[in-house]
Amino acid sequence: MKFWRLPLDAEEQIIPVGRLFIIADRCKGCNFCIEFCPNKVLEASPDFNRKGYHPPVMKPNHECNNCGLCEVICPEFAIYSTVEEKRRFTEVDLVRYEEMSSGEGKGEQE
Amino acid sequence: MRYKLVDPEPFRLGEFKQKIDETHGIHPDDRYLKPGRIPHIWCPGCGLGIVLSAFIKGMDSMEVAIDNCAVVSGIGCTGRVAGYLNMDTYHTTHGRAIPFATGLKLAKPEMEVVVFSGDGDLFAIGGNHLIHAARRNMDLTVICVNNFNYGMTGGQAGPTTHIAAKTVTTPYGNCEYPFNLTHLAYASGAVYVARWTSFHARYLIESVKKCFAKKGFKFIEVLTPCPTGYGRPNRLGSGLDQMKVYRDNSEIRNDINPMEAESGLNGPIIVGEFVDREKPTFFERYTEGVLAKASAG
Amino acid sequence: MSKSRDVLTGEHFLNGDEASAEGAIAAGCRFFAGYPITPATEIAERMAKRLPAVSGVYIQMEDEIASMAAVLGASWGGTKSMTATSGPGFSLMMENIGLGMMMETPCVVVNIMRGGPSTGLPTLVGQGDVMQARWGSHGDYGVIALTPSSPQEAFDMTIEAFGLSEKYRLPVIVLSDELIGHMYERVVIPEKKFLPRIRRRKPRKAPGEHLPFQGGEDLVPPMACAGEGYRLHVTGLTHDEMGYPVITASAQERLVRRLCDKIRRHAGDIIRIEEEATEDAEVIVVAYGCASRTARESVHMARREGMRAGLLRLLTVWPFPDGRIRELAARGVKGFVVPEVNYGQIAGEVERCAAGRDVLMVGLMGGAVHTPDLILEAIKEMV
Repeated sequence: MKFWRLPLDAEEQIIPVGRLFIIADRCKGCNFCIEFCPNKVLEASPDFNRKGYHPPVMKPNHECNNCGLCEVICPEFAIYSTVEEKRRFTEVDLVRYEEMSSGEGKGEQE
Repeated sequence: MRYKLVDPEPFRLGEFKQKIDETHGIHPDDRYLKPGRIPHIWCPGCGLGIVLSAFIKGMDSMEVAIDNCAVVSGIGCTGRVAGYLNMDTYHTTHGRAIPFATGLKLAKPEMEVVVFSGDGDLFAIGGNHLIHAARRNMDLTVICVNNFNYGMTGGQAGPTTHIAAKTVTTPYGNCEYPFNLTHLAYASGAVYVARWTSFHARYLIESVKKCFAKKGFKFIEVLTPCPTGYGRPNRLGSGLDQMKVYRDNSEIRNDINPMEAESGLNGPIIVGEFVDREKPTFFERYTEGVLAKASAG
Repeated sequence: MSKSRDVLTGEHFLNGDEASAEGAIAAGCRFFAGYPITPATEIAERMAKRLPAVSGVYIQMEDEIASMAAVLGASWGGTKSMTATSGPGFSLMMENIGLGMMMETPCVVVNIMRGGPSTGLPTLVGQGDVMQARWGSHGDYGVIALTPSSPQEAFDMTIEAFGLSEKYRLPVIVLSDELIGHMYERVVIPEKKFLPRIRRRKPRKAPGEHLPFQGGEDLVPPMACAGEGYRLHVTGLTHDEMGYPVITASAQERLVRRLCDKIRRHAGDIIRIEEEATEDAEVIVVAYGCASRTARESVHMARREGMRAGLLRLLTVWPFPDGRIRELAARGVKGFVVPEVNYGQIAGEVERCAAGRDVLMVGLMGGAVHTPDLILEAIKEMV
């Protein structure tokens, strides 16, 4: 998703904060979750799992918003998220929004 | 005749229970999966797990009672679906999942019976059964995972292999025309016909939910990457690369005539809910038209 | 015909096909899937009329492959189920008869044999499917096949077939033939209370505790059907006692041996033969089905002429009564005459057990049954 301007009611929006659970040893390294996460919060871990694949991990300083796409797109039942808390739209989101709309991350967004 | 036989290793339940991974039960979908059966046998990059996951999520959100649902599979990669679901599941012979499910459904009309199988199973060896179950409007949900080849046996060409595509049995390129599965199901009488790809997991969940809410012969085709069998000879890249093609080339066109719904190797892939119509099922017609008359004398 | 009754108690004039259908309904069969084929069509026709009247399901499938698959599905749905066919259809059913053996699915398959191979003689008699009934599907498994020789037996044996199928959990074959199928005779249907009550053995253990493919003392596991809360996986692949696919030699050894042994070990309970004048006989005529009707007459003729002939009629061809043939051979009979409408399928079995005694097969390739004189000549030849 890409906004052409900041939504007018942005500051009234409630953003869920997801907590990701990754069952690392189930992963077969298809990378679907990493590629298709709308917020791009996942990356391949440098570590190997028991099968010898690199399971996904959260990127540092990134936040999951519990959209659940990783869970539905994972063929291995290896990842899911729950809502831990909810928060309001903040300055950080504004910065991230501006980065996204300035073209950084363009072409990555679904 | 005298016999000399070996003593086989006995079955040890304890050993089996040890095989149940300590991770079983962590994932919310594990409730629907047989303990000790995950990881499944499907290759990395295969989309079958997504279809299974979407089925589970659709079933869960429709609150279908697990003991009121049976899954019947044929043979092949998709045929293995039955073995992973923690419900009454039947892994039958090649192509015969639909007639087996027909018998099961007629003996237990109150149960939801779902057939999960592949394109080769349902449309080559089992093609006749599929068109006749659709013609009768048998109350079944058929989920066909189409990976364009016979994956389990090593990637041979099948009834959905694209023209000119290479497989181990079409080394010079496939010279046969493929089926349009949705068109065939529609023309045979299916009351619900949809096509998605494994990239369209959320749409697929919605289609599964609709099937649980609807009576009659319902058909969902799911295009799925097969990086091992079909991807490699056709240079389609990894499962992820094929998923990106599904993302970039798919066009959602609900209510299009399935005849026009293409799904080329490189061209556009038309997905969507093509058909949603009402028609009395076999069992409804049998109950009203046959049982009622027979018992009236 | 009273439409709502399942057991038509009384005397009837029925052909073997109709009697089979009535036997099935009397045994509690409530599902029939089939495909038209001569000379078994009358069974489907009778079922199409009678099953709906007793709230059963009759469905005509797209072929015999589908019919057999649907019968297995219905059985797992908890319904006693049956199909009926003849040679070409029996060939198509072999695939799913094998599945039924592997999944240990009780059901009944009636094969009204006609002349083969291939399309052969659709309207004329044959007995060429005896070995197909034994070995027709690939792999090893135990088999039960009953051979009626009259419409009354077609009725009785169809009921018996349901009983055996539930007791030993397998598809049981009623191996009738065109002559018996199309022959009209008096059939007495007893009162319902005199018929055996055939029940499916259910697991006593709770879901989770029950091992669905572990045979008990009798090697036959109790059966939990769909919707009963056991959440079974039932597969045609080699499986372990849990029912899960296990592709190993030891799982195969345990499973396939049990599938064979559950019939072998109970052969004594299953085998049924009928003997006439065998006590002092020096020539034993071994016959079944249509051929046994003329064989009986031939034995009577031989006795009238002073020859010591006896009849051993097989009511079950499979399992084969090895023991009895061996006993007779050991007692010192001169030999065995085996009339059958094929080129020696049961004669070979008799020879296997005859311990070197003379075996004379009287074969007809199909289209007609033996005349009494033909079998009598064979008896004379041996005496």
